[in-house]
Amino acid sequence: MKYMLLVCADASRVESPPDAGEPGPEESPIDAWLDAVRGIRLDGSQLLPPSDAKTVRVRDGETLLGDGPFAETKEVIAGYDILECADLDEAIAMAAKHPVAKFGAIEVRPFWPE
Amino acid sequence: MNSEVEAAVADTFREEWGRIVAFLIRMTGDWDLAEECAQDAFAQALVRWPRDGVPRRPGAWLTTTARNRALDRLRRRANEAVKVQEAMVITRLAESGDADDDSGIGDDRLRLIFTCCHPALAMEARVALTLRTVAGLTTNEVARACLVTEPTMAKRLVRAKTKIRNAGIPYRVPPPQLLPERASGVLAVLYLLFNEGYAATAGTDLVRQNLCAEAIRLARLLVRLMPGEPEPEGLLALMLLHHSRRGARTDDAGELVTLEHQDRGRWDASEIAEGVGLLETALRRGRPGPYQVQAAIAACHATARTAADTDWVEIAALYGELARLVPSAVVELNRAVAVAMADGPAAGLVLVDRLEAEGALPGYHLLPATRADLLRRLHRDADAAAAYRQALGLASSDTERRYLERRLAEVSGPR
Repeated sequence: MKYMLLVCADASRVESPPDAGEPGPEESPIDAWLDAVRGIRLDGSQLLPPSDAKTVRVRDGETLLGDGPFAETKEVIAGYDILECADLDEAIAMAAKHPVAKFGAIEVRPFWPE
Repeated sequence: MNSEVEAAVADTFREEWGRIVAFLIRMTGDWDLAEECAQDAFAQALVRWPRDGVPRRPGAWLTTTARNRALDRLRRRANEAVKVQEAMVITRLAESGDADDDSGIGDDRLRLIFTCCHPALAMEARVALTLRTVAGLTTNEVARACLVTEPTMAKRLVRAKTKIRNAGIPYRVPPPQLLPERASGVLAVLYLLFNEGYAATAGTDLVRQNLCAEAIRLARLLVRLMPGEPEPEGLLALMLLHHSRRGARTDDAGELVTLEHQDRGRWDASEIAEGVGLLETALRRGRPGPYQVQAAIAACHATARTAADTDWVEIAALYGELARLVPSAVVELNRAVAVAMADGPAAGLVLVDRLEAEGALPGYHLLPATRADLLRRLHRDADAAAAYRQALGLASSDTERRYLERRLAEVSGPR
């Protein structure tokens, strides 16, 4: 079964990527997690912070473009991972190992049944 | 209809329902099909057994009948649109023999219980599924037990089963690293069932009153299915010890009688003996847990010859142990009551005042009610009256309000 892991963290901890040339961290805790989900992680990525977001609404046929996230919340989506797991218990176990689970939250959402 | 046969069907139902449903769910993965076919098998028994006699192994007869019924229905469905998966299920089911496993090892019912009580399901869904699928209550009975209408309950059950399928909740006994946590989730559901039944007073729906017996039956099953595990034994002991007082809890007018005023001659001695025996077995395993400690507290009350003989020092120590295992303000409040009985009201009041200073249990009437009782026993009548008034402002049950008003009159009246 497919599960979407929405990686949520406090807005203050969601950073912009480093400028070109600026060194990134040597080895981040995410590497250990990526090792743990090797073979079952179908896709995933970190996302740019909400300050780079655009919201799109269509009302009465008119497209309205807004800045920022849909709602001002402290916790924002920092990234996502799509896992293929045997069952919900496996998805929960993998979410619990995610480094962000220690300070943020991982929302585990099953895919809509085919 | 032969009443002996009817009784045989009813007995077999209690014993076999969960086993048959659990087996069919494992084979087909289809909860509705499993329930419908189990129901059909029992309906068949009511027709066939009076005519042909009760089979030598009623459980095996019912399992085979239910399995054949499931095969028929799957084959008919498969004819309409053959799907690879359904064909696999049919083969597996057809080769399953009469699936008669008396060993208890690998019992399908344990899988069923753990799935029904999975933490991803809402508590009310866990309760409903356990009553319907494991215990075999009809949807109507589950609705009455949970105080909702039948359509509401039917919807709740459908949603829960859909969630199991769509969220991928596994049908299995959890692996060892998850077992302690999940097992305590199962025990919580059974204890909640028991407490719902225990809170149901005479005059309420019989199905609701019977929840205690149902919870005890399920706890017995769990003890049998998880041999050597002390917490299920502790929970069963706790239920039996509470249940032993059932007949003495209300007077002829239906008013609640507090523990100290109950007629101990009306307590069920055999339930007390069984509960105490089970608790001793559990404690010998050397792995204490919250249900064993609560059972030990209940045993202190159950074995005291009179209210005055109660070993409050031991009870206060046990509440201390319980607070260490599962810290909570309610446990702390109970400890305060026990300390007041063991060491005097002033010692208890210190603990209650500390809880109040921490702002614990806001809106919980038993905090000011306990404080009021301790102040009354210390003859601080004006303070006691204020606390009784505070408790009255929060209490919602009529019985409790009457009790508080009586006490308030005592401390405010002329002396």
